[in-house]
Amino acid sequence: MKSLEELKALREQMQSKMNVRKDDNETIRVVVGMATCGIAAGARPVLNAFMEEVNKRGLNNVQVTQTGCIGVCRLEPIVEVFVPGQEKVTYVKMNAEKVPAIVAQHIVNKQVVTDYTIGAAE
Amino acid sequence: MNFVRAHVLVCTGTGCSSAGAEGIISAFEDQLKKNGLDEEVRVVKTGCLGLCAKGPNVVVYPEGVYYNYVSAEDVPEIVEEHLLKGRPVTRLIHGDAEDASKATNLTDTAFYKDQVRIALRNCGVINPEDIDEYIAYDGYAALAKVLTEMTPQQVIDEIKASGLKGRGGAGFPTGLKWQFAANSPGPVKYACCNADEGDPGAFMDRSVLEGDPHSVLEAMTIAGYAIGATEGYIYVRAEYPIAVERLKKALEQSHEYGFLGKNIFGTDFSFDIGIRLGSGAFVCGEETALMVSIEGKRGEPRCRPPYPAVKGLFGKPTILNNVETYANVCWIINHGAEAYAALGTEGSKGTKVFALGGKINNTGLVEIPMGTPLRQIIEEIGGGVPNGKKFKAVQTGGPSGACIPASQIDVPIDYENLTRIGAMMGSGGMIVLDEDDCMVDIAKFFLQFTVDESCGKCSPCRIGIKRMYDILDRITAGKGTLEDLDTLEELAAHIKGNALCGLGQTAPNPVLSTLKNFKDEYVAHVVEKRCPAGSCKALLNYTIDPAKCKGCSACSRVCPADAISGVVRSPFVIDQSKCIKCGSCMEKCKFGAISKG
Amino acid sequence: MDTVKLTINGIEVEAPAGSTIIQAANLAGIKIPSLCYLKDLNEIGACRICMVEVKGAKGLVASCVYPVNEGMEVWTNTQKVRDARKMTLELLLSNHRMECLTCRRSGTCELQDLAHDFGIDKVRFQTEKMEPQIEDSALHLVRDNSKCVLCRRCVAACAAQGVGVIGCNERGFQTEIGSPFGRGLVETACISCGQCIVNCPTGALTERDDTGKVWEALADETKHVVIATAPSVRAGLGECFGMPIGTNVEGKMVAAMRRMGFDGVFDVDTAADFTIIEEGTELLERIKNGGVLPLITSCSPGWIRYAEQYYPDFLPNISSCKSPQGMFGGLMKTYYAEKMGIDPKDMVVVSVMPCTAKKYEIKRPDMQGAPGYQDIDISITTRELGEMIKRSGLNFTALPDEAFDPIFGIASGAADIFGASGGVMEAALRTVSAILAGEENAPLEFHEVRGLESVKEATYELPGKTVRVAVVSGTKNAGALLDAVRAGEKEYDFIEVMCCPGGCINGGGQPYVPAEIKNFVDYRSLRAKALYDEDAGKELRKSHHNPIVQEVYAEYLGEWGGEKAHHILHTTYQAQPKYRL
Repeated sequence: MKSLEELKALREQMQSKMNVRKDDNETIRVVVGMATCGIAAGARPVLNAFMEEVNKRGLNNVQVTQTGCIGVCRLEPIVEVFVPGQEKVTYVKMNAEKVPAIVAQHIVNKQVVTDYTIGAAE
Repeated sequence: MNFVRAHVLVCTGTGCSSAGAEGIISAFEDQLKKNGLDEEVRVVKTGCLGLCAKGPNVVVYPEGVYYNYVSAEDVPEIVEEHLLKGRPVTRLIHGDAEDASKATNLTDTAFYKDQVRIALRNCGVINPEDIDEYIAYDGYAALAKVLTEMTPQQVIDEIKASGLKGRGGAGFPTGLKWQFAANSPGPVKYACCNADEGDPGAFMDRSVLEGDPHSVLEAMTIAGYAIGATEGYIYVRAEYPIAVERLKKALEQSHEYGFLGKNIFGTDFSFDIGIRLGSGAFVCGEETALMVSIEGKRGEPRCRPPYPAVKGLFGKPTILNNVETYANVCWIINHGAEAYAALGTEGSKGTKVFALGGKINNTGLVEIPMGTPLRQIIEEIGGGVPNGKKFKAVQTGGPSGACIPASQIDVPIDYENLTRIGAMMGSGGMIVLDEDDCMVDIAKFFLQFTVDESCGKCSPCRIGIKRMYDILDRITAGKGTLEDLDTLEELAAHIKGNALCGLGQTAPNPVLSTLKNFKDEYVAHVVEKRCPAGSCKALLNYTIDPAKCKGCSACSRVCPADAISGVVRSPFVIDQSKCIKCGSCMEKCKFGAISKG
Repeated sequence: MDTVKLTINGIEVEAPAGSTIIQAANLAGIKIPSLCYLKDLNEIGACRICMVEVKGAKGLVASCVYPVNEGMEVWTNTQKVRDARKMTLELLLSNHRMECLTCRRSGTCELQDLAHDFGIDKVRFQTEKMEPQIEDSALHLVRDNSKCVLCRRCVAACAAQGVGVIGCNERGFQTEIGSPFGRGLVETACISCGQCIVNCPTGALTERDDTGKVWEALADETKHVVIATAPSVRAGLGECFGMPIGTNVEGKMVAAMRRMGFDGVFDVDTAADFTIIEEGTELLERIKNGGVLPLITSCSPGWIRYAEQYYPDFLPNISSCKSPQGMFGGLMKTYYAEKMGIDPKDMVVVSVMPCTAKKYEIKRPDMQGAPGYQDIDISITTRELGEMIKRSGLNFTALPDEAFDPIFGIASGAADIFGASGGVMEAALRTVSAILAGEENAPLEFHEVRGLESVKEATYELPGKTVRVAVVSGTKNAGALLDAVRAGEKEYDFIEVMCCPGGCINGGGQPYVPAEIKNFVDYRSLRAKALYDEDAGKELRKSHHNPIVQEVYAEYLGEWGGEKAHHILHTTYQAQPKYRL
């Protein structure tokens, strides 16, 4: 390591690996309901798809995590997206095919994919 | 690169390691594999999270769920429930958060929420054995900045402006110390680190070394640059094997990355660090003794002047800073002296790490801004005194320190206030005492420690402290006199004024402060031959109240000394000449018929 | 020289920059008591007796190590200072085996003096004490740590000799002086020099008391008991009787020994003249025959022990001559016994030495001029002779001056100066130069090799040979010199080594000089001067002129360095391990 630039590059690379541990207000959180109901309805492929998509796009301000039963089991798999400074958005009856659109539009471009939201389903 | 969605941080500090952290790590690895999660969940060894009493501790990110008392048997449940299904295992979650619904997050707990972690910033956050993780958290940025943007004098000025004072005990301004060494002429100088932490109950330095070893290496290198040194030593206790191991790894990595060695960051500056192991002598924490020990001689202090900044290790100008002091340095460089000085009080800037121990719920390490009231530390962060007992005093500063009585609980903790009330900061050990603790016995405990740890070089310490101990021993045995109390004060004053080094000069403090604040307890011992706390065995009498005794004989059966006799169904009696005051009978009695006093 | 001005007790003092307070106070005629301080040897500020008040300092400061600076205000005699010293003394005494009446150091004990000076009238705190523990594994020394004040003067003296076989074991209240792992001194590389003893302020270290054996021999009518004294004894013994340092008491000493009942009162100086003959012959032979050079002297048994353990590769360089003590004993049990018609088994030969290593030397296996008989039966120190004279009821200072018994009591001035570092060299040079250059052309005095410097060098042009010499005292200095020789940095033909710094006048068996005098008076030069003065006042100043020497060679030994001389006057050396565990 002979220069500042080298150090900076390594730092940035490492930070993206470690954003899971970040506890700040800039991180977008994608929470997949993974209780028995969610898993039964196919939440696991949805979770995998989110991880894959986020990884593919190299987004380092996104945490993908899971939670227990959100309470509306009939709409599982359910995914909640928390963008800092915005209302929580809940997507329902999710499947892996819907994931790229949510990542591209909502997470990257901050445009809610209204078709998939709980509001649309109800 | 696979997307890792969760990190499981397992504390591998000394406390959690001895409580089984290694087994937990392998259990996690097995279970994650079994559930097909090993690609997306990473298990990370980390440093001390602070709440050692409740270890082994585990934190699961991104939620920051804080688990206590984790065992390998709990791991399948955590993996299946939390990591697979997203349902934190509530029975293991740290339970002191004010708002139970937010109890999942580490930083919301009462133990953490008032802490400001600077020295401990990376402890429990990064993998101490991975230099890359350190770099991700701004590691070696301070060194880069110093070497490429600052002159040595600017570095010293920055440290001076931060108001940082030595965290090892004496509280000497760090920047000034560096300035003295920088001003001493000579091509050979040393920047050394005192990691010979030895105060009973203090382990913050160990935690930093175990949890964030690079921060110390980086700061030492910065200090070397500031004073014009090209070499440094870390003198670390051999009783800290994990710290030593991680320091060695960190040194290797640091060399590999070129943060140590020749021409660091392509500049003219070269610096290297060696590790020297202490062999268990408390006195080697004293700076001159430490240096003599590094030189390979019997670790004993020598007279000052000359001071180390002028004539230190191998007769060359030397600075010696404590681990915690160094742990603040990079943060100050990265965030600026002003940010640091904004924390704390007028005379005491920044934060201080305290090791909470004794009669307190949250035994462990906390880092708080200077000026935090003692009450907040004890009652909120520390979670108060267990078992509903009454808080009596807190002993700070280890064997050189003093007892702060309950009446002073609202004192804001900083150097000046502690000195004002006759206590001292010391290295930051805080031992909480409750109503069951005898203050004479506490003083005796600390004197026993100094008697054992005195190097034996100077007469006042070698003999004087032993004589003070002998008197305290006599008092706790019920054989003391009022004259003994005067003699204690006479000896204490003599030793303070005549001993060669800081160890001796401060050794009488525990006696002086208890004599000042708890004289009535001493008087009770010598005049009434009574120990008010019911702690000094020789002064205790166990008696059976005939009115309450049902004659069940449980006490007589449990008595190891055959001191209790009686006829079943009539009151039993204790033969005081046989009683060894073990207290077993009192514990056994279901009717509360046995009392001590 | 840079100086600083300060005041001590209000008196203005100008002291060299870099002085300590205790040194500056001495300049002002102010005495500061101390126990551990020995100038240049033990400056550690450990005993805390020399504490003084310095304006502006936090507590009291140790004046033995605290440097003076401009404008400093020092107070050495305030109530606070007196109280502090008194308390420290009381603490020391609380852990001291106070048996002053039966202690060998009673009367010469620095702790006893301080206790008296500070009016210690009671000793509190006697709750737990160091148990009496006698370490007497070595032939020359007895250590009782229950009388030790841990001043560490012995440790410093031992380290300064390059030996360093004692130090502190344990710590805190349990701290005690001892050898590594608590081993007996005999198991270490101790050279028996006794510098530890002579620097001990209390009765913790004493030489093994061999006076009882002498009294026993004197009381045994079947024994023929002779005694002889080394050169330095006469320059030191007077101090045992309160006489000024440097008083030559040869005459009174002889009178005292005669009155004590010895059957012969002789002079080891006479034997020293034999040493010069034998050693000089050896040097000339080695030069002539291309033998091993440099030749190194062998008078000092501490040095011999040091060489055997630390520099065994130099053993071939060391003269095979016995020390004067050995030559004296060898001649007593052979020549003298024969001449007097006494069976050596009925003789007891006593030597009085400034040295404790001589107690060890007499037990060396090849110290038997008469096979089967130790050359010397009992070796006592100057101090022990002083004790015996006192016990004999003699009023030493009032005794007349008497002369040694002539049969072995005539010595040259060259022999007298053996006691001072450089003396053996000068004595040898007198004889060797006379042989090489002729009596008329040979100088009498060789001032280049005199004095107290640890190493002295000179080169003398003699017919056929340039003789390069070095004189060194203190075994550590000797080691450094030999390192330089071994490395080829130095070349000599002849080296004099004395074990003790300054030579035998400062031997481990000489009278105690309390630190308060030692630190400020050049006692070694004063003692050396007594010997040089005796030499200067003599007609007989060359060893080979000594009529006894001439007679004994003619009548008994035969030629110089001959076979018989070798049997009686020479010895051998063996490399020794440093540890005998």
